[in-house]
Amino acid sequence: MMWLSPSESEALSLSLSVATRSVAFSLPPAVLAAWILTRRRFVGRTLLDALVHLPLVLPPVAVGYVLLLLFGSRGLIGSWLDRVFGIELIFTRNGAALATAVMSFPLMVRAIRISLENIDRGLEEAARTLGAGAADRFATVTLPLLLPGLLAGAITAFSAALGEFGAVITFVSNIPGETRTLPLALYSALQEPGGEYAAARLAALSLVLGLGGLLLSEWFARRVRRILGR
Amino acid sequence: MLQVAAAKQLGAFRLDVRFQLPTPGVVALFGPSGCGKSATVNIIAGLLAADRGRVVLDDSVLLDTQQHIDVAAERRRIGYVFQDARLFPHLSVAANLDYALRRAVGRAYVSLDAAVDLLDLGALMHRRTHQLSGGERQRVAIGRALLSQPRLLLLDEPLASLDRERREEVLPYLESLRDQLAIPMVYVSHQFDEVLRLATHIVLMQSGTVVAQGGIGVMSLDRHLRSIIGPDAVGAIIDGVVLGQDPASGMTRVRVGQGELKVQTPAMTPGTTLRVQLLARDIIVSTQMPQHLSVRNNLRGAVTAITDDDGNSDLISIDIGGAQIMARITKSATRELALEPGTPAWALVKSVSLRGHSFHVGPPTSGGSPNA
Repeated sequence: MMWLSPSESEALSLSLSVATRSVAFSLPPAVLAAWILTRRRFVGRTLLDALVHLPLVLPPVAVGYVLLLLFGSRGLIGSWLDRVFGIELIFTRNGAALATAVMSFPLMVRAIRISLENIDRGLEEAARTLGAGAADRFATVTLPLLLPGLLAGAITAFSAALGEFGAVITFVSNIPGETRTLPLALYSALQEPGGEYAAARLAALSLVLGLGGLLLSEWFARRVRRILGR
Repeated sequence: MLQVAAAKQLGAFRLDVRFQLPTPGVVALFGPSGCGKSATVNIIAGLLAADRGRVVLDDSVLLDTQQHIDVAAERRRIGYVFQDARLFPHLSVAANLDYALRRAVGRAYVSLDAAVDLLDLGALMHRRTHQLSGGERQRVAIGRALLSQPRLLLLDEPLASLDRERREEVLPYLESLRDQLAIPMVYVSHQFDEVLRLATHIVLMQSGTVVAQGGIGVMSLDRHLRSIIGPDAVGAIIDGVVLGQDPASGMTRVRVGQGELKVQTPAMTPGTTLRVQLLARDIIVSTQMPQHLSVRNNLRGAVTAITDDDGNSDLISIDIGGAQIMARITKSATRELALEPGTPAWALVKSVSLRGHSFHVGPPTSGGSPNA
């Protein structure tokens, strides 16, 4: 992209890469969490609901700090991941993806949950009477009907992931080419004397990305509604 | 044989039903809204867990809470046509049918072509479900249920969400289902005209319990029915046998009991079963052989019982030789004619009163009295 400077395009492609990984990490657990919260009644459901929504109300820096404690090189999970799989999260783009995934998780769960609540349970019953077992029903009825919510959730989470700042900088720091995503690059530009122009360009870029994501999500939702005839 | 016994507490409502249906046959679960009909079919389907119960279809036990047998709904091989069709909105009509076909187990007795033919689905196959009318949706839903090759078909008020015209459009398909496929059906309805056209047996339900059950002929005389369908709809339902056409009038001659009725119908082959509903209010009772009357039909028999109907009138039961009919007459008429059990009587039926009250119900039944 010739109208972007090398550092800008680096930040952009890194942001896209981090956001993509973030969505890929969080989608399966988000479907599971949404499914449990809508379909199961159990003790501790309210607690789980609160936990899922926690990143919405916590300061992002606090989330980054908790991640650092858990997934840092001496953290409980971090040291285990490093020992068993050789995966290092701290100061890496996967770490950035994890931080954004945690932050955008509530948005994703919400979108999927709304969609799941709107699915007519009667259709699953109908599938049952036609001989479809639980996994079959989920794959052939629930999931296809969930698709609009799933994609809307993914696009919203993707857009939010592009903009995540606090949790990322706290957990994986601000390393050019590895963890310096668009908002971090924007922040760095503002820290430099005379960086206003660079900052403005990055802000404009973020705006275009965010708006594009939201429009895409809306366009897609409409298209699916038309297919399903609602 | 389908045997059902089930008890279930649903909030303040208590369901406790017990009935059986010889198979093949169509049993109508009939009763006012909220009497537990839907809960009962859901228990049969396995979609609702009974507190206590036993459901046996032919020789397979689907539910027995005492022996801890509870076959999962998806393995019961019971088709279900829901009131709201429940077609999969993300699939085309053809894919909806295919969904059932691909999951069918056991002996396949309905092919895709046969179902498409029977229900006239050919022109709908490539449509999406939201492009269908209410009647078309139900036809597709029936086809889909059939293609799962069920051993029993449950229909929960399949016509209730349709207007009168659409109902008339779907009813003939249900009749051909009954006549062409010998599949046992449990048909839930609160519309007696549907029951009259489709059922071979009636299970009468009221506030969670079965108040009466039996063949449609016997049930048509049951006193419990009156409170549900109202006095004007009371009357014997008899499956008569077509004898042939009357050359003079062109009307169809039908044997009911030992008597004969002339009914205006399209030409029918002799031996066909024609169901007639003889409304009690339309029947005139005479104690002498009637003469010089315009009435085309008189059935000879003897009074078997006189029951009070509503204080002003009586219901006179008359045995016409292997079949019972009922006539409603005023109490003063009962007195003047000196009717009592054993009195010989002629029941007079105007042919025009049978218009809209006679239905083709398939080929002759083998043996048995027409009232059974």
